[in-house]
Amino acid sequence: MLTADADLAISHRVAPRPRGQWLLRAGALLLGAITAVPLAVLFGAWLSPQTLVWQHLATTVLPELLRNTFALLVGVGAGTLVLGCGLAWLTARCEFPGRAWLDWALMLPLALPAYVLAFVVQGLFNPSGPVRWVLHSLPGGGSITFEARGTGWVIGILTLAFYPYVYLLARAAFLGIGRGTLEAARLLGLGPWATFFRVVLPMARPAIVAGLALALMETLADFGAVSVFNFDTFTTAIYKAWFGLFNLPAAAQLASLLLLFVALTLVAERRLRGRARFHETARGAPAPRIVLSGWRAGLAAAATGVVVAAGFALPVAQLLAWVATSAATELDVRYWTWLSHTLLLGGSAALVTLSGALLLGLARRQFSDRTTLAAVELSSLGYAIPGSVLAVGVMLSFSGIDNSLDALWRHAGGDHLGPLLGGSIASLLLAYLIRFLAVANGPVSSALECLRPSLIEAARTLGARGLDLIGRVYLPLLRPGLVTAALLVVVEVMKEMPATLLLRPFGWDTLAVRIFEFTSEGDWRRAALPALTLVLASLGPVIWLARRTASGNPSA
Amino acid sequence: MHHLHNWLATAAALLSLAPALSPAAEVVVYSARNEQLIKPLFDAYSAKTSVEVRFITDKEGPLLARLQAEGANTPADMLITVDAGNLWQAGEVGVLAEVDSPVLKASIPAHLRDPANRWFGLSVRARPLVYSTERVKPENLVSYEDLADPAWKGRLCLRTSKKVYNQSLVAMMIARLGEAETSRVVSGWVANLATEPFANDNQVMEAIDAGTCDVGIVNTYYFGRLVKERPGLAVAIAWPNQQGSGVHVNISGAGVTRHAKHPQEARKLLEWLASEEAQGLFAGLNLEYPANPAVTADPRVAAWGTFKADPANVAEAGRLQQQAVMLMDRVVYR
Repeated sequence: MLTADADLAISHRVAPRPRGQWLLRAGALLLGAITAVPLAVLFGAWLSPQTLVWQHLATTVLPELLRNTFALLVGVGAGTLVLGCGLAWLTARCEFPGRAWLDWALMLPLALPAYVLAFVVQGLFNPSGPVRWVLHSLPGGGSITFEARGTGWVIGILTLAFYPYVYLLARAAFLGIGRGTLEAARLLGLGPWATFFRVVLPMARPAIVAGLALALMETLADFGAVSVFNFDTFTTAIYKAWFGLFNLPAAAQLASLLLLFVALTLVAERRLRGRARFHETARGAPAPRIVLSGWRAGLAAAATGVVVAAGFALPVAQLLAWVATSAATELDVRYWTWLSHTLLLGGSAALVTLSGALLLGLARRQFSDRTTLAAVELSSLGYAIPGSVLAVGVMLSFSGIDNSLDALWRHAGGDHLGPLLGGSIASLLLAYLIRFLAVANGPVSSALECLRPSLIEAARTLGARGLDLIGRVYLPLLRPGLVTAALLVVVEVMKEMPATLLLRPFGWDTLAVRIFEFTSEGDWRRAALPALTLVLASLGPVIWLARRTASGNPSA
Repeated sequence: MHHLHNWLATAAALLSLAPALSPAAEVVVYSARNEQLIKPLFDAYSAKTSVEVRFITDKEGPLLARLQAEGANTPADMLITVDAGNLWQAGEVGVLAEVDSPVLKASIPAHLRDPANRWFGLSVRARPLVYSTERVKPENLVSYEDLADPAWKGRLCLRTSKKVYNQSLVAMMIARLGEAETSRVVSGWVANLATEPFANDNQVMEAIDAGTCDVGIVNTYYFGRLVKERPGLAVAIAWPNQQGSGVHVNISGAGVTRHAKHPQEARKLLEWLASEEAQGLFAGLNLEYPANPAVTADPRVAAWGTFKADPANVAEAGRLQQQAVMLMDRVVYR
């Protein structure tokens, strides 16, 4: 990208910035400010010190929670890296039996929310579940006793739920590495393993880190899955302070610390990466796949097959088994409403989030001042906050505006105004925007990086301006990246539960809300029908996502 | 000022179509009780009175935060929760209004409602002991306190202390025995655990059935549901503390909000929910006990036998919840 930066700098000196660019910057700053408000509300909680709660937490549960959270971060980090990069390498660069369909099947776990995977695994392994039944029917299997709980299990569940982020981005990066680069590595005397570790991985590092960051932020924010295992993490402490100790300010303070931790980690990673940029100058022909044969082919097929089975096929089979026993009483016409609400919210959120990500991406491309950069960075943080806490931040911000409007209205002689923003679609979409901007930012900014500034200059020289430029040059070039971002956001929003619960307007129940109605009382069997419907609804976007990125589009 | 007025009116019309469309008589409910347990009642009420009930479900914490944040501007007329602690907290932070209703006072026993009349229990959920019918003699199950005895070492299963039902149980114990004695009992429980606490009551009963442990503490309706699913379950209910304080009970209940826009309609709905007409359905849908003593329990529930319930006011569970949570943290009850 060094070449591109230089290109950009030169173009700025030659041609002054076109008029209207300030609008872009203002838009980005405004968006940064909007996403910052609910986060600022959380930090505002420090204005009321909660010494008693802090003393209590610090002397009792906090040390263990921090240990657990650390173990989870290390475990899920290592797990998603190994699975994500390993599988991506196998499907992007190797050839083995079944590769063509395993390639996209490995994306399927993305359709299963972590909280669903967690309760399904509990169902599969619980004392009356199918796994025990099979074990006990084996000779000598009756003596096998184990509990499907503890750190290892939680790491396993979250790894299976979140590795697709690393897989998706790593695979796109691996596919983007051209024949020339790999041949050069060979010529310089590197073997296949050395090429992978010393050339391929460093080149794919930004993509892999982006995927890893998503996986780890999800891990930090997760409450649904860990609570099924009664596994206490930092997020558990947030809810303990809020629900158990009736202390929302302390909960907000804890959440703001989580936020600070994520922000510092992201900054540190950027510093470590420094200014090193890797750029594929001429893609040329795609590199040929390494054809695996014999036991290697078998091992590759088995490894990928096991991941697809554990992360998708088995859980869906358990859901189906539950649905078979509950569908007769549970299935009703309202499923169409819940499904349409789910899809509608997913679609609108994708539109809003995508516009936001595009705005930020374009602004960062044109302006490199600290304020713009800060606005862009800030907008990614929402992904790491537990959903309920973020939802409360959004709710408090909107109630504040509503209450001021109401006061104004009364002052103007009106009667009761009622909440306008609170409980409106707008507040829900804002919560989705804040939470999922991080998901859209990755694909959008990597698509933007592939846009050579000279191309835009050429279009300008040819007279393209403003919307014309966007519609005829930017959008067609960015389309693959934008579609990837949109599909990811659709899937994420459809799975989202806590913000939807708190901020949805009356009557706007979704499939995730339906799942909540049952899982909140531990009724997993009845939660299976809405969960399966949700998986089926997400399957479309996930398969679309998987297949189009499997074709090897580098900007995806 | 006139312009502002117009602008606000336009904004209001654009942003929120709901007020323009709503019928004359309606009640807006924030409910922590699940949709499948309240919608049948609201449907029946609407059919009978043609008052429309609009509602939204979520956990208590977020709903309460929303009520507080919305303040005078809230659309909610009624709050429903599934435990006394959260009702108490709602009363404390001032989002509930006093309802001076002779009907409610006559329908709901004094210990199941707020002494200040801000909330009223609508169903009772008992939290007795469950035991393995294969390995435990029910006459050996005396009390909650007795489960701290070393005789139960390695035989006890518990649900997590993060669930409000256990927080209420321990809070009521603090009210009865004091902090020091309760701490001794709860650390005795922790010492007797056969395995780490579970995420829900079903897992406790499954573990007893599978032989991981012999005795546990669960809400009756979870027992009812699981037995319905698995009739062969080798687990039964035992009523503890029958010679003393009685079985710990919690309530699901409701109150009218302080800033209700339809306070009269909300009060009428609350009175109806407490009435003999609605109580059977309200409790029966979830295999709970009606709060109104004039109504008999569902036959499936009545089959578990009669018991002496703790007569202490359930408001104590809220007042002492924070203390209970801290106590459980200190003795490492996870």
